[in-house]
Amino acid sequence: MDILSLLNDLLFDYTLRTVALGSAVLGIVSGALGSYAVLRKQSLLGDAMSHAALPGIAIAFLLTGSKISLVLILGAAIAGWIATLIIMSIVRTTRIKYDTALGMILSVFFGFGLVLLTIIQKRPDATQAGLDKFLFGQAAALLERDVITMAILGSVAIATMLVFWKQFKLLSFDPDFGATLGFPMRFLDVVLTTLIVIAIVTGLQTVGVVLMSAMIVAPASAARQWTDRLGPMIFLSAAFGALAGVSGALLSSSISRLPTGPTIVLCVSAIVVLSIFLAPARGLVWSWFRDRRNRGRLRLEGMLEDLYSLALQHKDPGHAHPVSVLRLMSADKGGVDNSLRKLEEQGLVRRVKSEDWALTKEGIEHARQIIKLGVGEGQ
Amino acid sequence: MKYAIEVEDLTVAYKEKPVLWDVDLNVPEGVLMSIVGPNGAGKTTLIKAMLGLVNTAAGRVSIYGKPYSKQRSLVGYVPQRGSVDWDFPTSVGDVVMMGRYGALGWLKRPGKREVELSLRALEKVGMAKYADRQISQLSGGQQQRVFLARALVQDAKIYLMDEPFQGVDATTERAIVTLLQELRAAGKTVVVVHHDLQTVPEYFDWTALLNVRLIASGPVDTVFTEENLRLTYGGRVSFIKHNGHNTDSDQEKRAEAGGI
Repeated sequence: MDILSLLNDLLFDYTLRTVALGSAVLGIVSGALGSYAVLRKQSLLGDAMSHAALPGIAIAFLLTGSKISLVLILGAAIAGWIATLIIMSIVRTTRIKYDTALGMILSVFFGFGLVLLTIIQKRPDATQAGLDKFLFGQAAALLERDVITMAILGSVAIATMLVFWKQFKLLSFDPDFGATLGFPMRFLDVVLTTLIVIAIVTGLQTVGVVLMSAMIVAPASAARQWTDRLGPMIFLSAAFGALAGVSGALLSSSISRLPTGPTIVLCVSAIVVLSIFLAPARGLVWSWFRDRRNRGRLRLEGMLEDLYSLALQHKDPGHAHPVSVLRLMSADKGGVDNSLRKLEEQGLVRRVKSEDWALTKEGIEHARQIIKLGVGEGQ
Repeated sequence: MKYAIEVEDLTVAYKEKPVLWDVDLNVPEGVLMSIVGPNGAGKTTLIKAMLGLVNTAAGRVSIYGKPYSKQRSLVGYVPQRGSVDWDFPTSVGDVVMMGRYGALGWLKRPGKREVELSLRALEKVGMAKYADRQISQLSGGQQQRVFLARALVQDAKIYLMDEPFQGVDATTERAIVTLLQELRAAGKTVVVVHHDLQTVPEYFDWTALLNVRLIASGPVDTVFTEENLRLTYGGRVSFIKHNGHNTDSDQEKRAEAGGI
């Protein structure tokens, strides 16, 4: 499929447009609110919430017999919420640690959800078809009214986040200090957790309960690589979420039998990997280059110092010395010829005989400066 | 005497283990006070109880005669440096600005005035040129000074500080002491959780000795005695007072006291 026809389909094909819009909304909301989960070191909470949503979806269907997304989402949200509350109270009242409580509740709820799903599927009527799509998600099944529901929920969540910007920043950075200022931190914690629950449940239909937590964690971790400020991080995270959501959903709708959730997760993982390697300042590639450049510079400076200290013993800074002596002084045996060539290019050393090298005037000046600076730093 | 902080019968327990037991403590206005005591003595808990950050089992704290919840604007807080994640995506100026959030209320956003105030507070701690720096690039001493600036920008009458000298170099320690003394000279009341017994007479004019119970509190001259210190540290510290003079043997004792 070429780009133009894809664009054409995006604008005029009803299904494709719905899918793209729905996944964009899901990406924006989960990307933005996921930033807080990552910064508050609650990355795994999203995982527990989304897995725990499954029995909620099944019970909502069993009680109402309806497959309207708002009903199912509500069930998911309530179940996710209850799971979170149970985890919190286990941590508060027992000696069980956070990660253990999380793992326990996640699997208990998810297991219960799977049991309910099996029961539902064994029922003779045909209405139950499609509930299992919530496991791995299916963007192609999104209807316009689903997207509208998602957009409304998402807008409310984002708007609340913007209104409580200051408070959420305090909550994430220094909750005790926020409490001394008079902000009710526990209440704000509940509000923020609710917003994260909303972000998760809006994505369940598209991404599925199994992999939804990736949409909470991955865009935020990628965004953190590119910026050192909260605002830009949340904005970038939302953008990455939308990008991954749309591309994953479009891929899975155009290739048949490709589940949406895993495709979106692969897209977002690609963004994370690229960010970890390529982002300036934090990116691995750049820091590798920086280290290499620094090492190179240090080696050349070391060589100049060696030549200078040798020359001092001869009371003539321009005295020439054979390469073999420099090799003995240098820790890195292989690099000597290479380093001398680079220094020659910079006009700091000159070749006197085939194997003898001496400092030029500029080289002497340079070496003196390096030694002076080195002493200055030591103090 | 007018009291800035009054603590009455304060008891705090974590899961039935008492951390503070029946503490009565009055802090007069305008003193520079240290709270000293061994690890686990409840020093941090006492400060947090004054700020309403921990649930108390019994007792009362009042700030200028009223509960803390009514007097927030009068109190500035400097938590332990290690209590936050310094890799958080924010700048030095932004952290200091958080000190104004209380005055701004729920919905107002920081504006020019807040930027101005934050810069001035950073100037006071000698960090003005770091305002745009990402906080993960700061040294321990600089982090501490940023926290101090955040408290200064609150423009409070009482400052509660939890170990502001923890892990800072000698230069920063001197700068912080000077700042604390300036605050006292300006009529503020400053309460500092402190670890280094040897510097207590030099830095502070008032002190409280704490080990779950309050052992003593009052002017350093009368309260900071060998007898009281033995009561506080359980006789494990041999400490001789040198009338505020630091000598070489002080240094040795400092190492000893630090080992408790």
